[in-house]
Amino acid sequence: MEQSPSCLKLFGSWASSYTHRVQLALKLKGLHFEYVEEDLTNKSPSLLLHNPVYKKVPVLLHLDRPIVESVIILQYIDETWTDHPIMPIDPHERAIARFWCHFADDKLGPAAGAVFGSSGEEQKAAVCQVHENLKLLEAELREGAFKGRRFFGGDKIGILDIVLGCGSYWLVVFDEVMEVKLVDPEAFPLFHAWLRDFEEQKEVNEIIPAIDRLLEYARGIRQLMLSLKDTTSSTTTTTATATTVATNSNNNVVIGSGTSV
Amino acid sequence: MAAAAEKGVVLLDFWVSPFGQRCRIALAEKGVEYEYKEENLSDKSPLLLKMNPVHKKIPVLIHHGKPICESLIIVQYIEEVWSHNPLLPSNPYERAKARFWADFVDKKVAECGTRLWKLKGEAQEEAKKDMIEILKLLEGELGDKKYFGGEKTFGFVDVALAPFTAWFYTYETCGKFSIENECPKLAAWAKRCKERKTVSESLHDPHKVYEYVGKLKKKYGVE
Repeated sequence: MEQSPSCLKLFGSWASSYTHRVQLALKLKGLHFEYVEEDLTNKSPSLLLHNPVYKKVPVLLHLDRPIVESVIILQYIDETWTDHPIMPIDPHERAIARFWCHFADDKLGPAAGAVFGSSGEEQKAAVCQVHENLKLLEAELREGAFKGRRFFGGDKIGILDIVLGCGSYWLVVFDEVMEVKLVDPEAFPLFHAWLRDFEEQKEVNEIIPAIDRLLEYARGIRQLMLSLKDTTSSTTTTTATATTVATNSNNNVVIGSGTSV
Repeated sequence: MAAAAEKGVVLLDFWVSPFGQRCRIALAEKGVEYEYKEENLSDKSPLLLKMNPVHKKIPVLIHHGKPICESLIIVQYIEEVWSHNPLLPSNPYERAKARFWADFVDKKVAECGTRLWKLKGEAQEEAKKDMIEILKLLEGELGDKKYFGGEKTFGFVDVALAPFTAWFYTYETCGKFSIENECPKLAAWAKRCKERKTVSESLHDPHKVYEYVGKLKKKYGVE
């Protein structure tokens, strides 16, 4: 069923992986929508009106009613437009998908953010944490809940692919910007293969910004953080400040905040 | 023990955990019989470590031998398997709202509550201000309704928040404020929850909770 653009409006930010999640879900469902790019350093009255609690993107407006928090938005989209489902049908499978979506936002995201926001020994420890998290996902792909699957959702992209995928490209960006090895293809062959496959999907390709743009963006923030570090003696203060800077300049990129927006 | 886990419904839990209590309330609301297993959190059982290897935390629901972890995920699972007496509305927008507020409780209440009893001085004052703000936002969502789920429905958000009512006395005593004064509608809702059998049988006396927090304080060296 084709929806007119005025039915659906998405407030987002170009570099926000949480925004990309919603854009991807809408694309997979064949839904047309109006997109509003938010300047996160100067949030619009509309955004503040529709998300007064968190004041963050993404916000989906459907028939003038706001839905916020990316994973909640994805489930709303799936329940409202039931073609091309992204949630499994079986209740236990649904619980597994929800569990790992929560893991992505509660554990993996903040761990990656900690890598970005630190350097030296602190960064080494943060990299270890990301590896611990990826090990768990790799194990599920190898012999656990997702054994033998092309995507986490099965033959087709599902909610967990969307949640993990829109965000995991930052791991690759961080690898390049900071010369760390987060998505090590030798340590995590299945996760690495899945990410490559995900990124090559037509709809994903159309949503995720070009890698050069993401690299430039990440380098800019990283430089700013390091320059703050040069003027601050305390590592804790530096990391906290850097995280705040990163969070404020691009509200809910995976950096820093563990909020599952 | 393993055989029992294979057959029916088992809940691995810890007596005072508000997250575990959400599951108890949801199971009671649906009239589902289950086996309750109390975990010793300083000596976790092999079953818990096997069923929740990622987080090693309670609650864990085991149904037909398969684990479900994370309290709100467990409640949604219970909702989907035993679909009578629904906790979530059928309308997708209302469902999204319910999920939002349950998630808000998850993100805000426990963390702020811990700061409230664990910290002192300015940090504790900050926690008190934050808690009042959080409760006021929740009260705003409740409005004049009997429950968050509506006039007749004890719903998903009610299940998410109700266990924390047993902690209100602890928050008030540590923060030196009155929830009744700050959020009278929410305080009235808390009283209504306690009158509900599924809640009263799942929660512990607030003074017992306060006593438990006292022990935690000693453990962490908080005066």
